[in-house]
Amino acid sequence: MVDSGANFGSDIAARTLPLAGFHGGSSAARLETAPPAERISLRARAEDVGALSGALGVALPVKPKTSSSANGRTALWLGPDEWLVIAEGNGGLMQAAKNSGVLHSAADVSHRNTAILVSGPGAAAAINAGCPQDLSLKAFPVGACSRTVFGKVEIVLLRTAEDAFRVEVWRSFSDYAFGLLCEGAQDASL
Amino acid sequence: MLLIHCPYCEEDRSELEFRWAGEAHIARPENISAISDEEFAEFFFLRNNEKGLTYERWRHIHGCGRFFNAARDTVSDRFLMTYKAGMPKQPVPETGASEKTVETYEATEGDAR
Repeated sequence: MVDSGANFGSDIAARTLPLAGFHGGSSAARLETAPPAERISLRARAEDVGALSGALGVALPVKPKTSSSANGRTALWLGPDEWLVIAEGNGGLMQAAKNSGVLHSAADVSHRNTAILVSGPGAAAAINAGCPQDLSLKAFPVGACSRTVFGKVEIVLLRTAEDAFRVEVWRSFSDYAFGLLCEGAQDASL
Repeated sequence: MLLIHCPYCEEDRSELEFRWAGEAHIARPENISAISDEEFAEFFFLRNNEKGLTYERWRHIHGCGRFFNAARDTVSDRFLMTYKAGMPKQPVPETGASEKTVETYEATEGDAR
């Protein structure tokens, strides 16, 4: 029996991030855990893309392997009718999608995913340790994104700068992904 | 590593991102409750398993998630072309594609007797 709530305070629901306390990388590729973000998995028909873009405040890209950013939100093309929309902090994405008034499917996956930020001259080499995609700037320019594989797990990869990537991975796979990225970062510095 | 052209992503991707999904262009019967057991077995279980040119469904499961169709040579393991799901069976382009890239028993040992 709980006699009173006085002893609990804010500790009762302390939030622990999936990769809390992880650190790694090498002189060639730095690994950082991304701050918490809001994410939705969005599916819609081609004719509703315009209305959803307007409601979300970011244009949903329709060209394969591209992304767009505006107002602190990033929309990543995953498939012909599928996008991953990421907002810094708590951005009200679900409500914004609902306000579009058009038929769509939006699932809040904020806590399903976590993200690892890989940066440095060896960032692409570190990711290529487990990812088969061509990450040269010609094939995968800044802003390019793709769902792909990394070792044994599926990731969504976004190039945020010439030498920086965001690796979106399911939280239960994040331990493995971080470990393999550490190995890749070490190899990239040799 | 095989590279497979995804008609939705419009580029070649590693085979690691794909899954095989069976023979292509198998139409589900219009009125499936009316067909006989033999016809159902033919539709549901029996596959041609052809040697050489075969039409298959593939899925870009770790990419765009889409099913598409592919023409593949099961002898050379070469993808001859891919095209979007829902399109009718496409003719294989004539590119002198009859290369024998795999040494078969018949080719190498056939005259040994």
